[in-house]
Amino acid sequence: MNKQTRASSKTTDFDRLNRDWYIDKAVQILVFIGGISAIVFIIGIFIFITKEGMGFLLGDFSFKEFFLSPNWRPTSENKATYGILALIAGTASVTGLAMLVAIPFSLGTAIFIAEFATGKTREFLKITVELLAAIPSVVWGFIGLAIMNPLIIDIFDVPVGLNVLNAGIILGLMAAPIMTSIAEDALKAVPDRYREAAEALGATRWQVIYKVVLPAAKNGLLGAVLLGVGRGFGETMAVLMATGHAINIPGSVFDSVRALTATIAAELGETAVGSPHYKALFTIGISLFLITFVINLIADLVVRGVKKG
Amino acid sequence: MFEASPINLKNLTRQKIFRFLLGSMTATLILPVALILGTLIVKGAPVISFDFLFTSPTNGMTAGGIFPALLGTILLVLVALLASVPLGVAAAIYLSEYAPDNWFTRAINLAIINLAGVPSIVHALFGLGAFVLFFRFGTSILAASLTLAVMTLPVVIVATRESLQAVPMAFREACWNMGATRWQTIRRIVLPNAVTGILTGVILEVSRTSGETAPIMFTGAVFFLPFLPQGVFDQTMALSLHLFVVSTQVPEMPEAVPYGVALVLIGMVLLMNSASIALRMYLRGKKKW
Repeated sequence: MNKQTRASSKTTDFDRLNRDWYIDKAVQILVFIGGISAIVFIIGIFIFITKEGMGFLLGDFSFKEFFLSPNWRPTSENKATYGILALIAGTASVTGLAMLVAIPFSLGTAIFIAEFATGKTREFLKITVELLAAIPSVVWGFIGLAIMNPLIIDIFDVPVGLNVLNAGIILGLMAAPIMTSIAEDALKAVPDRYREAAEALGATRWQVIYKVVLPAAKNGLLGAVLLGVGRGFGETMAVLMATGHAINIPGSVFDSVRALTATIAAELGETAVGSPHYKALFTIGISLFLITFVINLIADLVVRGVKKG
Repeated sequence: MFEASPINLKNLTRQKIFRFLLGSMTATLILPVALILGTLIVKGAPVISFDFLFTSPTNGMTAGGIFPALLGTILLVLVALLASVPLGVAAAIYLSEYAPDNWFTRAINLAIINLAGVPSIVHALFGLGAFVLFFRFGTSILAASLTLAVMTLPVVIVATRESLQAVPMAFREACWNMGATRWQTIRRIVLPNAVTGILTGVILEVSRTSGETAPIMFTGAVFFLPFLPQGVFDQTMALSLHLFVVSTQVPEMPEAVPYGVALVLIGMVLLMNSASIALRMYLRGKKKW
C-alpha cells in the first residue's frame, strides 16, 4: 500500500522536471536575453563609436583645439583643423531658441489638456498632439526649407531665411508635442484627491493648479523639459536642412549656423574610413552620445525623485 | 444667501484669464502646424497619381515617380520589424513577467530610455561601425534595417510592456493555481489578452521606422539607384532620404515634386499612427476588466 502511494506520487511529479518545466526554463533564458538586449546595445553603441573614433582621441587629438577652436576645416589641403566650438555654438543657439519656444507652449498646452479641457475636446487635443509628435524630422526639415525660408525672408527682410530663427522654430514645433505629452502624464500622475481636497476648501480651478498640482508635478515637468532638450539637441535632419549649414558663431538669430549632428550627417558620406576626418566625426558622435546619456540620466533621476517623494 | 465675495470674484476672473491664456497657447501650438500641413496637401496633392507612386524617377529625378523609394522603405521596415519585434516582445515579457525590482532592472529601464534618447545620427555611426564594417554586411538593406531595429526597439518594448502589465494579476494567479508553468501562463493567458496592445506598438514602430532618415544614410540607403534591390545585401532608395535628396541635392527640381514626396511620407506616417490610436480606443472600449 505504502509502496503504491509512493509510485503514484512519482507519476504526478510535483517537482515538474518534465518537458513543460524545461520549456519554461528555456523561455526564461530567452526572454532574459531579450531583456538585457537594451543594455547590450547601449554598451555596443558606445564601444563601436569609441572604436572608430579612438585613433583621433589618442593620436592627433588635442582637447583644447577640438573643443575651443572655432575652425572646422577638415578638408583643408595645407593644414586640416578640427575645432568644434562653432558647431557647439550652432547646436546651442538652435536648441536654446527651440526651448524658448517649446517649454512655455508645451507646458501651457499640457496644463490646458490635463486640467481644463474635458470630454471630446480633451480627446481631440490629445490625439492631435500625438499625431504631431509623429511627423518625421526630414519632413520638418523640408518645411523649414520650403515654407519657413521664404516666410522669414519676406517678414524680416533678410537675404537668407535658413538660420537660427528658422531651425529654432522648427525644432521647437518638433519638440513641443513630445514635451506636452510627457508633461501631461506628469500632471495626470498627481492624485485626484489632492485636487478634491483643494476644491473642498473653496479654491478655484486655477488656484488648484497653481498651488497644488504644479508643485506636486514639479519633478515630472522638469523631466519632460529635460527630455525635450535632449531631443532638440540630438535632432539631425531638421537642423541640417533649416540652419543654412554655415560654420559660424551666431551674432543674431538671422545668422546661419551649423550643428554638431548635421555636420556628421553632411560629411560622413564623403570621408574615407579611418581618415582623421572620419575619426573626428566619430569623436563628435562620442560627445553627443555622452551628453544625451547624461541628460537622460538626470531626467530619470529627477522623475524617480517624484515617485519616492 | 450664498453670494460671491469680491475676493471670490477676483479669483474667478483670474481663473478665466488663465484658462483663456492656456487655451490660446494650445491653439498657437496646433494651428501653425495645421496650416503647414494644409500647405503640404495643397501643393503636393496635384503631383500624386498612380504613375507617381508606381514608376521610377527619370531625368535626374526631376520627373517620373517614387516607386523605388517607396518599395525601399517598405523593405527596410519589414526587415527591421523581423529583427526588433521578437527581441522587443521578449524584452517586454522579461520586464513585465520575470524581472525583480532591483538595480539590474532599473539599469535595463535606463538603457531603454537612453536607446530612445540617443541622437539618430549616433545610431547611424553605430550602424556604420557595427553592421556595415565590423559584421561586414556592407551598405545594405540588412545593415540599415538592423540599425533602425536597434533604434526603434524601445517603442516595441514600452508598448508591449504596458499592454502586458494591463492584464490583471488575478488572471495569472488563477492560471498558476491550475498548476501551469510561468511560460504556459504567459503563452495561454497573458499574451492573448495583450496582443492588440502589442499590435498598436508594432504599428507605431512601423510609422517611426519609415520616417527615419539619418540612421539609414550611411548604412544602406542611397540617393539614386537605377534598379530595384534584389536581396537584403543590396542597397536601396528610401522615401525619407528621397525627400532630403529632391529638396536639397538636385538642381532645377520642379517645386511640386518634393511637396509630393513629403505628402506621401507624412500621409503614410499619420495613417499608421491614426490606425494605432483607433486600435487603442477600440481596445479600451472592449476591455471588460
